[in-house]
Amino acid sequence: MELMYTQAQQSFRSEVRAWLSENVPNEQLPSFDTAEGFEAHREWERTLAEGNWGMVTWPTEFGGRACDLIEWLIFEEEYYRAGAPLRVNQNGIFLLGPTLMEYGTPEQKERFIPAMASGDEIWAQGWSEPNAGSDMAAIRCRADRDGDEFVINGQKIWSTRAVYADWVFGLFRTDPDSTRHHGLSKILVPLNSEGVTVRPIPQLNGLPGFAEIFFDDVRVPAFNLLGGENEGWRIAMATAGFERGLMLRSPARFQQASKRLVQLYREHGSDVIDPSIESAVVRCYMDAEAYALSTYQTASKLCSGGSIGPEASCNKIFWSEMDLLIHETAMKLLGARAEIEPQTAAEFAELGTWLDGFMFAQSGPIYAGTNEIQRNIIAERMLGMPRK
Amino acid sequence: MNFTFTQDQLDFQEAIASMLKSEVTADTIRARWSAEAGLDDAFLAQAHELGLNSMLVPEALGGLGLQATDFILLAEACGEVALPEPVVESVMVSTPLLVDILDQGLGNADVQRVIDAVLAGEARVAVGHSINPCINYADSADWFLLADGNSVYLVPRDAVTLDAKKSVDPSRRLFTVSFNPDSQFLVADGDAGASLQRATLNRGALATAAQLVGLSKGMIAQSVQYSSDREQFGKAIGANQAVKHLLADVAVQLEYAKPVTYRAAYTVGVSPTRADFAVSHAKSAAARTALMASRNCIQVHGAMGYTWECDVQIWAKRAWALAREWGDEGFHNNRIHEWLLRKNALLGPEFTFGRGSLTDVA
Ligand SMILES: Cc1cc2nc3c(=O)[nH]c(=O)nc-3n(C[C@H](O)[C@H](O)[C@H](O)COP(=O)(O)OP(=O)(O)OC[C@H]3O[C@@H](n4cnc5c(N)ncnc54)[C@H](O)[C@@H]3O)c2cc1C
Repeated sequence: MELMYTQAQQSFRSEVRAWLSENVPNEQLPSFDTAEGFEAHREWERTLAEGNWGMVTWPTEFGGRACDLIEWLIFEEEYYRAGAPLRVNQNGIFLLGPTLMEYGTPEQKERFIPAMASGDEIWAQGWSEPNAGSDMAAIRCRADRDGDEFVINGQKIWSTRAVYADWVFGLFRTDPDSTRHHGLSKILVPLNSEGVTVRPIPQLNGLPGFAEIFFDDVRVPAFNLLGGENEGWRIAMATAGFERGLMLRSPARFQQASKRLVQLYREHGSDVIDPSIESAVVRCYMDAEAYALSTYQTASKLCSGGSIGPEASCNKIFWSEMDLLIHETAMKLLGARAEIEPQTAAEFAELGTWLDGFMFAQSGPIYAGTNEIQRNIIAERMLGMPRK
Repeated sequence: MNFTFTQDQLDFQEAIASMLKSEVTADTIRARWSAEAGLDDAFLAQAHELGLNSMLVPEALGGLGLQATDFILLAEACGEVALPEPVVESVMVSTPLLVDILDQGLGNADVQRVIDAVLAGEARVAVGHSINPCINYADSADWFLLADGNSVYLVPRDAVTLDAKKSVDPSRRLFTVSFNPDSQFLVADGDAGASLQRATLNRGALATAAQLVGLSKGMIAQSVQYSSDREQFGKAIGANQAVKHLLADVAVQLEYAKPVTYRAAYTVGVSPTRADFAVSHAKSAAARTALMASRNCIQVHGAMGYTWECDVQIWAKRAWALAREWGDEGFHNNRIHEWLLRKNALLGPEFTFGRGSLTDVA
């Protein structure tokens, strides 16, 4: 054990910091759940990619810097410290990208990765269907093989950013006689294909952060099949494992939020009369550090050749509940003003984005596998408790 | 000692609750969001017909002379349907304040006039208090009872300035209200004004506590229904213990918020100057329960619960707002905390109902 950054890691941090301070937009971009904000975020992805900062862990041939996970964590720390925009490219770079690297053919990598890295093609995920939520193996949306094409029919739902995204990747039933997690394949579909209809779904804050996608005889080339036909489940689990495991929510996000919470507490300290707030602020700060420590430990393990196990399910519960506590505590600190949605610069200065963050925190225990399902997984696969 | 509601009280609640359930639905609430005034005049007229505006006004002033315990179940029923209009605040907070002013021989000629107009269903009165940054539905009030320091003013609509704020709850129409504390509007000052404001705070907290109890009931009912209808893994999601427990946990808290709220209603009626403790307990418990209900009920609905389309948002967002109006959990816990540490605090089982319940004990 050596809990010190190396000289190289420290100079990497300085380099990231210097670049971000030069390049991060001064003004906060509009939400990427609006058309305007989406394009502004796409533009930012281009800037990142041009500086080779889009995805530092990727090989240099794909515009990365071949960083290890510790360096990735350092990058993320600097990224959140700089208050840089949220990553509209997240589904592509964190979820599809790694799967492409592992399962894609050289031609597929060539076709998809550069356009993903540059932000020219932004990705949505299509797993869930109206009747396949927690029970993802109930997927019915079909992709029937027809020569060197697939013909897709059916429906996906809750697809984040699909309203403005360019492509969707997801699981489709390619073996019509199959059931459950057999006979599914991972297929990449352009959202401007003929037969695709995207219906925006407004979220709790009124913005269409996700969408329903209808497929009506949508034809895509067999080239868009990622990995083996009917082997989609295994590949998807790799993505899901990755999402839950590490990259979806980097610790810096919560460490910055809990730092802002301490700031809010300092500002309102004098009017706080509820001692439970004091302990919640402390708890949030501790939890964010614990999450960082756990992630550093996992990253170190992966760097030395280990792998992520079922304990990754703990991570999803831990960060989503922490995020709720951070935002619930901020709402307490704002008291009766917490319900006000800031409209003017003065209101933003006073209230920040805590209310929007509080609403978004409501979804944390739902997406990426609900916390109830995660608890079942922890109990059964990590602790070995009886299944029936 | 008899801690039950009378048959009359229960019957009245049932009548109002069934009227509310047919008139105030998720659809009619959503219709208000896009309507200019954001309120349903036909509904308000109907509520007036049923006598709501006069319920808590003494008979001597032309009202029905009922008590907070007669109204508390109706307040709960208003919360259960997430009624947007501030009917509960009007009946339980603004009208009683006007009555207090008259009772204490304070005020000016306007006070009687405004009470008469309220009883006739012709005026709406909103109350401002330093604990609330905004007034809900201020834009549809004809009169305002506003505080400045210890003083209380009764101010007509044309003498106030409204500045709209956007609430997270689309049913709420928030405004900050400013006015010029002119002596022509003064109805009470000094100790009298301060004591009116204290009583108002308690009534406001009680009014929100009762609605929060109702909101929690409403959210549980919707979630029980959804968890019975929605199937995953070949069975209703509600068949899973994890889902059952999300709602059972709220149900437990709710069962212990109700009697606390009813005791507070009783205390505000019979011994308003000693009601702080009871009211704070009610508001704290009801707020805690409703915040938990909103979290757990969104969770039970999965991604559906995170949408604008899903009606749970109507209830959950109201709970977020009302939990903090008229003092949040922290404020009320702190009042209890201070009370508990007083040297002469009445602690122990025989004081559950205060000293007043022990008149015959030596
Ligand atoms: C903000 C957000 C973004 C999302 N983005 C995407 C996306 O980009 N792509 C995509 O494909 N999907 C996305 N989803 C969907 C997400 O994956 C699903 O919401 C999730 O899998 C749960 O499915 P469901 O919503 O159908 O809930 P349901 O499965 O209907 O669950 C409802 C409730 O029942 C519980 N439950 C169900 N089964 C069990 C069980 N066996 N044991 C215990 N409890 C159970 C759940 O925990 C939950 O509380 C997103 C969701 C949200 C909220």
